[in-house]
Amino acid sequence: MIARRGSVALSAAQFLADVRRVAATLPPARHVLNACADRYHFSVGFAACLVSGRVSLLPSTHTPEMMRQLRAFAPDVVCLTDEDDCSIELPRVRCAAAPQPAADAATLAVPQIDAAQLAAIVFTSGSTGTPVPYRKSFGRLIACVREEAARLGLPGHCTLVATVPAQHMYGFESSVLLALANGHALCAERPFYPADIAAVLGAVPAPRVLISTPVHLRALLASGVVLPPMELILCSTAPLAQQLAAETEQRCATRLLEIYGSTETGQIAVRRPTRTPEWTLWPGVTLSLEGEATWARGGHIEQPTRMCDVLQSTGEGRFLLHGRVSDLVNIAGKRSSLAYLNHQLNSIPGVQDGAFFHLEESRTTHTGVARLGACVVAPGLDAARVLEALRERIDPAFLPRPLLLVARLPRNSTGKLPQEALRSLAAAQGKTATVA
Amino acid sequence: MSDKVAPLRQPASPADAVTLTGEVAGLIVEALNLEIAAADIDPDAPLYGEGLGLDSIDILEIALVVSKQYGVQLRADSEDNERIFASLRQLVDYITAHRTR
Repeated sequence: MIARRGSVALSAAQFLADVRRVAATLPPARHVLNACADRYHFSVGFAACLVSGRVSLLPSTHTPEMMRQLRAFAPDVVCLTDEDDCSIELPRVRCAAAPQPAADAATLAVPQIDAAQLAAIVFTSGSTGTPVPYRKSFGRLIACVREEAARLGLPGHCTLVATVPAQHMYGFESSVLLALANGHALCAERPFYPADIAAVLGAVPAPRVLISTPVHLRALLASGVVLPPMELILCSTAPLAQQLAAETEQRCATRLLEIYGSTETGQIAVRRPTRTPEWTLWPGVTLSLEGEATWARGGHIEQPTRMCDVLQSTGEGRFLLHGRVSDLVNIAGKRSSLAYLNHQLNSIPGVQDGAFFHLEESRTTHTGVARLGACVVAPGLDAARVLEALRERIDPAFLPRPLLLVARLPRNSTGKLPQEALRSLAAAQGKTATVA
Repeated sequence: MSDKVAPLRQPASPADAVTLTGEVAGLIVEALNLEIAAADIDPDAPLYGEGLGLDSIDILEIALVVSKQYGVQLRADSEDNERIFASLRQLVDYITAHRTR
């Protein structure tokens, strides 16, 4: 079987029949925005494009502005959707996956796809507001997720349940391609609430794999819902606090692996945070320091890519992640990074979530030294206690001024935490701030 | 007869509903650290998107608070989900019907 929806198994024969049906309904356009929310529909749509020589476009967002940019990039683009109330401003095609088993399914042969075929184009937001396209060939995508299956140590015939969308590079690789290329079953649903995640996991047979993010794992633990046994939990999109990783492994009695990658390169490294801070690279992928930037190339990477993170090589195929380049902090000659400081902050017992941020110019002192601010979620602790614990962990230069105790951090839908959002939160709370 | 214990899931009286509405509004404001007073939330305005302007992570946050406070585990795959978050009033109605504490 290739997929599941609830307790219903969807066979490879059904999938192939659906792929043929959807391919036949696509207009002559070469570019298809695959907006299907149901992961099975998405997979059928992706494969339908593959077998008909079309290219799937996977932008990071479906905002009207992004759709304008997409039309400029590919004027023939059509939108493949499975929703009645789809509001995407492109010519729309309904995904015609069959609700009933196909009668002639057993006779269908598995199509062969040329490794060099252009399978998908993904987009990053770019620094100037114009999305930057990255072309993904079928062979490299498949090589990457075949390696992933080995790296994750998955037994045969797992069922993959994911809380991330299929259109995001991490979800595309780990919830769709990982299943299709390795004989695992993908789950059509994208559960959201903790109880949904528990229900979807409970409806599928073992071995189960949960593909998720720090945000959803935090919610899962906080909810206290009972989860069925899992073979593995996979996490990506934002750094996972070591404490959360340990708690997740303990509560779920399973392994938690973290994936490192980018839209440009796809996934390139994995680690088990409770065992080692070191990441292990995919075979053939190398890192090199050029000037102040780290470049990744080789292996399944399509073109040499400048990474947005500070990566410190620690030996053949291994590295430490020291946070994003823009995370670097220099206060009065003392250097650190927001990632490092955040790690220390999140390691304090009682701190559920926390982040440092750069204050705007107007918040600097007469000496010209800009301090950092921090927002902390720590019910049960007061600001003085958090500061006291921080003082034991970091140089006094980095102690936050102000330290704001908040109910939650302004994470966006993928779990990332924009500095600007932190500053806005701090400005909003400014009058009630506890200043160190 | 006046001592009789109320059976489970007795329809809430209008007074109870008003109390619970204020309570849930307070929980939302507190959990999300909103810059408005609980009493200023329009019970009929949408919580998601326009209206209160909450995003999916906020909704997840509310779901956690509601489950802790009232023992109601929200589910997105129930047909009710869009209706539940259509407004504060709808959320309160759902909690009233499904609360276990």
